[in-house]
Amino acid sequence: MWLSRPFRERSTQLFLGVLLAALAAVTFLNLALPADNPFHVSTYTVTLLGKYLSYALLAVAVDLVWGYLGILSLGHGAFFALGGYAMGMYLMRQIGDRGTYGDPVLPDFMVFLDWDSLPWYWLGFDMPWFAFLMVILAPGLLALVFGFLAFRSRVTGVYLSIITQAMTFALMLAFFRNEMGFGGNNGLTDFRELLSFDLRSDATRLGLFIATGIALALGYVICRAIVASKLGRVSVATRDAEARTRFLGYRVERFQLFVFVVSAMLAGVAGALYVPQVGIINPSEFSPIFSIEVVLWVALGGRGTLYGAVIGAILVNYAKTVFTGVMPDAWLFALGGLFVLVTVFLPKGIAGLLGYRFRGHRFKGRHSKRRSSAPDTSTSDTSTSGTREATA
Amino acid sequence: MSFLSSLADRDRVFDFLVPATSPVDVRHGPILYLEDVTVTFDGFRALDSLNLTIDDGELRCIIGPNGAGKTTMMDIITGKTRPDSGSVWFGSRHNLLAMNEPDIASLGIGRKFQKPTVFEALSVFENLELAMAADKRILPTLTARMSGESRDRIEEVLETIGLIELRHDPAGILSHGQKQWLEIGMLLMQRPRLLLVDEPVAGMTEQEMERTAELLTGLAGKGKQSVVVVEHDMGFVRSIARTVTVLHQGSVLAEGSMDQVASDPKVIEVYLGADPAEEVA
Ligand SMILES: Nc1ncnc2c1ncn2[C@@H]1O[C@H](COP(=O)(O)OP(=O)(O)O)[C@@H](O)[C@H]1O
Ligand SMILES: [Mg+2]
Repeated sequence: MWLSRPFRERSTQLFLGVLLAALAAVTFLNLALPADNPFHVSTYTVTLLGKYLSYALLAVAVDLVWGYLGILSLGHGAFFALGGYAMGMYLMRQIGDRGTYGDPVLPDFMVFLDWDSLPWYWLGFDMPWFAFLMVILAPGLLALVFGFLAFRSRVTGVYLSIITQAMTFALMLAFFRNEMGFGGNNGLTDFRELLSFDLRSDATRLGLFIATGIALALGYVICRAIVASKLGRVSVATRDAEARTRFLGYRVERFQLFVFVVSAMLAGVAGALYVPQVGIINPSEFSPIFSIEVVLWVALGGRGTLYGAVIGAILVNYAKTVFTGVMPDAWLFALGGLFVLVTVFLPKGIAGLLGYRFRGHRFKGRHSKRRSSAPDTSTSDTSTSGTREATA
Repeated sequence: MSFLSSLADRDRVFDFLVPATSPVDVRHGPILYLEDVTVTFDGFRALDSLNLTIDDGELRCIIGPNGAGKTTMMDIITGKTRPDSGSVWFGSRHNLLAMNEPDIASLGIGRKFQKPTVFEALSVFENLELAMAADKRILPTLTARMSGESRDRIEEVLETIGLIELRHDPAGILSHGQKQWLEIGMLLMQRPRLLLVDEPVAGMTEQEMERTAELLTGLAGKGKQSVVVVEHDMGFVRSIARTVTVLHQGSVLAEGSMDQVASDPKVIEVYLGADPAEEVA
């Protein structure tokens, strides 16, 4: 079975081992140690780590399309946010009549807007199975429509990156509007329960952290399974020589669409796990800057490795937490500086530091010396593939 | 409706009836006929009543000055360009002018372009894997597992193109010549009947040229492929060709062994009396 293939790879075993050990350690340090022990991990920290893990899943999704398909999406924040809104809508409806206005059905902001009934697209979100399905389907559908139009017209390279920015920007403007029915610029917040677990309890918060870790593990395995399959090799072929791949008889636009939609769905799951942990979803997740930041995490961690994306997301966000505590205004400068440093000194990102790239082949290691002389296609600018395509 | 009318079309071989090996009918000898093919671009005759016959298993070299129509001829055979008049047959059964590019390719006509494009980040083996005839839809590709038979086929082609030692290396580290061979190997994966090779040795070292000559002569043969090579390097043509065709202004100027052609007065005249072995290109 193709999905079980990654479990036989040493890189995946190592990744899963480290991740599960980290989950277990945090759980232990949170539960078993008294609060005054210096090694105790507070629930606050657990939730913070859970947030990093959801970002890591988003970064893996971005790396799948950027690192292996050559599509630099600068709009994955939109898929993340849609997943987050689907989860937020479910959490809003769980509030029931305990809101400020006490309406049994309508969320507070709708009562405030004098609406007398739920808009049709809020129907069904009181049922968890439906809401969780929408977490995957809403971003998947957007990616399907967007990708169908873009890939069919063979939009690639810089142009594609620009229209993904336009997509997320347009959605941000739309979600800012109160009439859209998603809470305007305040977004959705004041959540209480998820599947009847109290979101403010320590146990639920730890549970959400663990669930996010498991989602990251699953997302990683799914991406590895795709990357290590023949479809993954077709993706890499598309990344490096699209016209040639088409000439071999592969319907390139369909492969692009498939991987793009899978990636968007993973981003949606990441958003859905993010929202109950931070307690709010608002249109700022759609902001073009956020999507660009995600790409920076992947670039810093090391594009085209998947685990690099995880490392990048966690490290950058940890740095952000520390930095914004000390000098909040300087964060963007620090991020920019970090990016320049890594690009200059670590062109393959942090993953490049870790020595060699796992490619899921038993025999790869033997040739690592020769391989170092290979032109590095994985870090080459995606815009070149666009021009190559144009001249072909 | 179109399906019904296709059922009534007795000339058509149904997709599900086409055997894996190319059904080309070569009982009458030639694998490729071009008859009176004329192509004009804005009134300019790039091909002018061109006649050409390639026998099954033959290795043929086409030479001619720039603009003689060599590339245009390949475009006609592969369906990339449509002629104004004339006919083009593959074996005695397939009218290539009635077929589109992908169909012609799947019939067993492989074309190697001048500039090699291999997938540099993938290994030599993986390059051949992607070129293999297979179900190329999404889900079959996602769940594909390589059969022993496919693996054997890849190994066989690796042997043919002399890259067996390098099979797990990324194609990006190959030399220019090795990339050309890999590209020929990618064509061979589709089990073609006719290979069209455009300027295979441009930019190659002396040794690589020799190796390429061996490779191409080894490929051609009865029951194997027929090979048509367009080449500018006369030394190379002399080393491989049994029959040489000289194209000039869109039609055949001379045909025969290299020595016959080189001493043909018409050929000498076209090349201003100079030794064609020096001047053709
Ligand atoms: N698409 C085209 N449009 C206009 N003229 C063309 C086109 N393709 C080829 N030609 C012309 O046809 C002639 C034959 O070209 P070509 O087949 O490329 O020659 P060769 O490959 O022998 O050098 C040249 O004069 C060329 O300029
Ligand atoms: Mg030419």
